[in-house]
Amino acid sequence: MPTALDILAVLLILANLRLLGSSRLAACIRAVALQAVILGAAALLVNLSDLDVRVVIIAVASTGLKAGALPWLLRRAIRESGAVNEIEPFIGFTASLLVGVGLLGLCFLIGSPLSAHVAAESGLLITVSLFTTATGLLVIVSRRKAVTQVLGYLAMENGIYAFGMAFAIQEPLLVEMGVLLDVFVAVFVMGITIYNISREFDHIDTDRLSALRD
Amino acid sequence: MPIAAIIQVLLALLLAPLLPGVINRVKAFFAGRCGPPLLQPYYDILKLLRKGAVYSRTTSWVFRAGPVLGLAAAMVSLTVLPLGGTPAALAFHGDLLLFAYLLGLMRFVTMTAALDTGSAFEGMGASREAWFAMLAEPALLLGLAAMAVHTGSLSLSGMLDGLALADIRGPGAPLLLLVAVAFTIVLLTENARIPVDDPNTHLELTMIHEVMVLDHGGVDFGFIQYAACLKLWALAALLTGVLLPPPGGWPPANMALGVALILAVAVMVGVIESVMARLKLVRVPQLLVAASVLSALALALVLR
Amino acid sequence: MMLFLTALAVMTAGGAACLLIGRRPAASWVGASTCVLASAAVLAAAAGAMISGRADELLLPWPIPFGSFHVGVDGLSAFFALVIALVCPAAAIYGVSYLKPYQEKKSLGRTWFFFNLLIVSMLLVVAARDAVLFLIAWEVMALTSFFLVMFDGEQAETVAAGWTYLIATHLGTAFLLAMFVLLSGDGPSMDFSRLRAASPAAAGACFLLALAGFGTKAGFVPLHVWLPQAHPAAPSHVSAVMSGVMIKTGIYGLLRVLTLLGAPEGWWGWTLVGVGAVSGILGVLLALAQHDLKRLLAYHSVENIGIITLGIGLGLIGASSGDAALAVLGMLGAILHVLNHAVFKALLFLGAGAILHATGSRNIEQLGGLIRRMGTTGATFLIGSAAISGLPPLNGFVSEFLIYAGAFGALAGKPGTGAAALPALIVILALAMIGGLAAACFAKAFGMAFLGEPRSGAADCAHEAPAGMCLPMIVLSALCVGIGLLGALAVAAAVPAAAVLLPAADVLDLARPARLWLGYISAGALLLLVLAAALAALRRRLLSGREVGRTVTWDCGYAAPTARMQYTASSFASPLLGSFRLILRPDLQVQAPQAMFPAAASLHTRVEDTFERHVFKPAFRLVRKLALRLHWLQAGPNQLYVLYVAIAVMALLVWKLR
Repeated sequence: MPTALDILAVLLILANLRLLGSSRLAACIRAVALQAVILGAAALLVNLSDLDVRVVIIAVASTGLKAGALPWLLRRAIRESGAVNEIEPFIGFTASLLVGVGLLGLCFLIGSPLSAHVAAESGLLITVSLFTTATGLLVIVSRRKAVTQVLGYLAMENGIYAFGMAFAIQEPLLVEMGVLLDVFVAVFVMGITIYNISREFDHIDTDRLSALRD
Repeated sequence: MPIAAIIQVLLALLLAPLLPGVINRVKAFFAGRCGPPLLQPYYDILKLLRKGAVYSRTTSWVFRAGPVLGLAAAMVSLTVLPLGGTPAALAFHGDLLLFAYLLGLMRFVTMTAALDTGSAFEGMGASREAWFAMLAEPALLLGLAAMAVHTGSLSLSGMLDGLALADIRGPGAPLLLLVAVAFTIVLLTENARIPVDDPNTHLELTMIHEVMVLDHGGVDFGFIQYAACLKLWALAALLTGVLLPPPGGWPPANMALGVALILAVAVMVGVIESVMARLKLVRVPQLLVAASVLSALALALVLR
Repeated sequence: MMLFLTALAVMTAGGAACLLIGRRPAASWVGASTCVLASAAVLAAAAGAMISGRADELLLPWPIPFGSFHVGVDGLSAFFALVIALVCPAAAIYGVSYLKPYQEKKSLGRTWFFFNLLIVSMLLVVAARDAVLFLIAWEVMALTSFFLVMFDGEQAETVAAGWTYLIATHLGTAFLLAMFVLLSGDGPSMDFSRLRAASPAAAGACFLLALAGFGTKAGFVPLHVWLPQAHPAAPSHVSAVMSGVMIKTGIYGLLRVLTLLGAPEGWWGWTLVGVGAVSGILGVLLALAQHDLKRLLAYHSVENIGIITLGIGLGLIGASSGDAALAVLGMLGAILHVLNHAVFKALLFLGAGAILHATGSRNIEQLGGLIRRMGTTGATFLIGSAAISGLPPLNGFVSEFLIYAGAFGALAGKPGTGAAALPALIVILALAMIGGLAAACFAKAFGMAFLGEPRSGAADCAHEAPAGMCLPMIVLSALCVGIGLLGALAVAAAVPAAAVLLPAADVLDLARPARLWLGYISAGALLLLVLAAALAALRRRLLSGREVGRTVTWDCGYAAPTARMQYTASSFASPLLGSFRLILRPDLQVQAPQAMFPAAASLHTRVEDTFERHVFKPAFRLVRKLALRLHWLQAGPNQLYVLYVAIAVMALLVWKLR
């Protein structure tokens, strides 16, 4: 089903652009969760011919982790911290969107020779995985809040997962490696989250205290 | 097929005012009202054509020429658009550019007519129209370029004929989807619909198209209303051409299908207007840039 | 050929006569009439060369070392001569009335001398077939236009603009000199037929030198900084000639040198597309930020030069990659745009001159309502505005269409493979943005100057320009409409020029379908005009016998609108410029309204030229600093200077005779 895979790849690109162009934390979390869902569907599609229980379990588990558990954790963290829903970017939303398009063009340039080497089902998948990783990086670099940093890490991880999937046709073990990496990233990411978020609280609190003076 | 081509232009001229009627009925349905009659836009235009006129002392002939030229440009733009697989009367290599620039001409004359009144409100509307149009133009042209690459044709008629039904399910699907979304945003912008502009607000600082025509009345305003209907029809015809290529077969049936699809676009616009709020003004450019990005993405896919 | 040279002689003689006549009023008549007469002859000669299709050459012995008086008129020269001879007489006729108020104060004879000599030198530039002759003509052109810019030499602003111009143009000439030396190799002659690049690397170097040298004249970003200063400073009919025609000699030079360099390489085209896109977009953005009407128009020249360059770039990419359709359409579009831009830019500058003449102001923030006081100027200016925005049914659309068609064709022709895909994409994107921005800019310029209520007393008392000034504007706007309606005919004039640059068979082959498409466009344009006329008649019929009232503008219920409440040019452009603030970096001085009952508020925006501010000013400051370090060299005593000369001579002797 190359067409269906193509559509999923395009949707993944759109989710990335949504992540770059959105000004709301909640929307960004949804975009990253959507990426995970798309990737889960893609993982099933890639292995459609020899679908066995192991593949299904792995795909469902990783999707559930990334589209369900992690967003829930993040949302809870936001709610409890009382952080504002607004993202504070260093690079404006329209500008990051345009930078994203530039990155996409770059990924097309890098991706097409790569996908020529690999007999991937969808030539787009490699390009898109590169783009997703790049988007994650861009989000990390260009956003101020701790939560957006986590989202960036997650998007990068999604990109790596997609990259692994593009090769998984030849090497199914990679998929499992991807899941392992997932768990690792999840733990790692949450550590950073907790650290960064608590730091940001302090910051916010001092701000409020200083505002009391006048 | 010159006769078929002429028939389709006549169809457009005749049926275009139906589109706002359909949109209003859909909106009324969502709001639980019974809404104005389906033919209300016809009544409005006919009534306006029967009225006298009042002109501001500030205005000059530019103000009076605006509606006339705008309506003429809208009519000419219909002659390059195919309908339901019937090639247009003026189908040639590069007619898509004529189409895009005729829309530009319409905008230009509307803006100058608005500035002619010397009203701050109309100046503001003109400024915003120029701003959004500048952002919508790349989306339209890049989307058309993607279509041109996909179909190998530089003519709207050839382009829409070059699409086969198989394309929808075949490799062209992501591309067509992206272009369709981009063109939908262009359609909403060019026709001043929600989420870009609200056609129902008057006397508000946020409106764009309606504020530019505040001072027009009578016959002139009738022309403007009619031109707006034609423009909506034209962009809807462009969009349906992208979304659903003609299935082939008996021409009259195709044409009927084409008209039905355009009416379906009107229903879609009505639904969008019912379920969405107007965007904050500073957010609109972002939406338009996003449309350009979608078109560029489609182009990247097809050039890959 | 003889006709051409006779025309040049007549014009020179006319100019010299003006110099003799001096301050007497006859100077204007003599200057303008010889200009018109000679231009008619040049037009005939150019048309003859185009129709006959053979290059006409003349070689005269000449005692200047390395040089020869070698002139020729082929398709390319004929086209540019046509452009010059079409626009200049209009400017000359206009100039007669325009200069009348200065008659008491200045020697108009001198002005007319320089004006005629400028035209002669431009014609000589496009006809020269020898590098030395070319450079001499080029220098005369630069100097005469410098003196014309200095017409208003009492004003400090004009003087500054003039000097900037002089320095810029000489820097450009330095590049050209280097290029011709590189091209001539060791040969004794600088005849064009002998000039060729020794190696591909030398050809590349020559291309870059030509780009810098001719780009300075044409106004490529970032070499454009002199242009928006010098063009507005000159009298308006001279601005029209400089902005409409003279900068095109830069384009001509680039094209002519391309014929000498052999087969073009792909990266030349890429460079030109890049330069064109940057010039086009930045030009129109900076134009949008201007409130000085003539400065705004000057920036639009940068933009249109960008469009022309985009076309040439596509042409070169097509030629180097073997895509004949792209090559021909790009070149044809670029060449035709040279003519179109000359026509509408001259028209617009003449219109700006008429405004200046009537109100004494170039600041559009102080104008308004002029269309009811200056009907002809307003109508022609509107036509020019729509034409420069590339709107059908006018001429700007025709040439932009050809460039677009080339780019779209390159994309659609060979999906996935084309080396031309990316530049074609850039061209489409750039043209789309330029189109939208130019329309916005001219809606602003026309709307603020001519529509609404007058914003100052001077604008309120404006009067229509005399017939001598209106006539050229009417003729030029008729040309705008004519070329727009008969694009297929106009492109026929560009075909011989393109045939000089590209394989002639390709050009003839591919111009035929292009003419067909333009025929369809003419049909559409005609339909548009017929429909508009019919609708206007319908409107008139419907309104006849009905009540047609007149009242104040309905300002949302406010009953006493004043001129000060109108939207201003700054506010019109503000959201558009805001979208590009990363590039333009406007200076904002805001005094926001405070508290419940605000007393005063103000907003000033000023956009400086990005390159002028961030590139050239620091660079020249550095040069100045370094020069001051060497100040001790220039101590004063004559003996010291003689010593320098002697040392230099000795060093040269030692170096050469070693």
